[in-house]
Amino acid sequence: MKSKRIAFLGLFVALAFVLSYIEFMLPLNIGIPGAKIGIANLAVMVTLYTVGEKNAIALSIIRVVLVGLTFGNISMMMYSLAGAALSLFAMLLARRIGKFSMTGVSVLGGVFHNVGQIIVAMLVLETKSLFYYLPFLIIVGTITGVIIGIVSSLITTRVKKIMTF
Amino acid sequence: MKKNDIILIAVILVMAIAVLLGMRIWQKSSTDGDAVAVVTIDGNVYGQYPLSEDITEKIELPDGSYNILSISDSYASVIEASCPDQICVHHNHIKYQGETIVCLPNKLVVEIHGGEDNGIDGSTY
Repeated sequence: MKSKRIAFLGLFVALAFVLSYIEFMLPLNIGIPGAKIGIANLAVMVTLYTVGEKNAIALSIIRVVLVGLTFGNISMMMYSLAGAALSLFAMLLARRIGKFSMTGVSVLGGVFHNVGQIIVAMLVLETKSLFYYLPFLIIVGTITGVIIGIVSSLITTRVKKIMTF
Repeated sequence: MKKNDIILIAVILVMAIAVLLGMRIWQKSSTDGDAVAVVTIDGNVYGQYPLSEDITEKIELPDGSYNILSISDSYASVIEASCPDQICVHHNHIKYQGETIVCLPNKLVVEIHGGEDNGIDGSTY
């Protein structure tokens, strides 16, 4: 049982890594700093709903560090770490409350990811004016969150069919 | 999707749009003819340019990177930049109080300050 879980996690870390790379190559260029499609969240969501919370947290941290070291720099890693941490916290909380399906959880994840990034940007640039981007980022996060949520629930049902943890 | 999800999405969107509209109205009403574009780099004011005059200014940073700020028809925009993501270049041009263009890699912020009441210290915050 345990080796199965390790293999699955390894696979999903790799998947999250590749998805982050795709995201890096296809930036959401709508002129809003911090807006992301968040496709890497697919891997986090599926992990969260199949193997559980602790593993999803581990996957998230490993992904941010790997991607930061490979494609970015320290300041980029800081942005994405803040986004990932806040988003994961919101998703864990929303899942524990149990009132939302994967779509709702993913929406909250998307919204808080963008909010976390803009907060770090405000601190780094020492300007409050970035606050104006917040509503745009929340709307973008909601839309991408719905899409990611629907896709990851489709994947989760299929993964659960062929695997038990 | 559960019913709760739809409620959640609706609440988030309605709130965001309400804030957006409120901000727009406030921005338009507090912008007058004396508006200036204030450029800051890493938190320090680099310079300010009145929106009433058309200019093109190359802002060079000590490390060799640059952003080119353009003001025309009382709109400010970044038309060229050395940064990899080009978010500032794709950003719409701005003219109202509080609107900003940000270049995270160069730590550059272009912000519109409305008029005489809104000094450089941002007394409206």
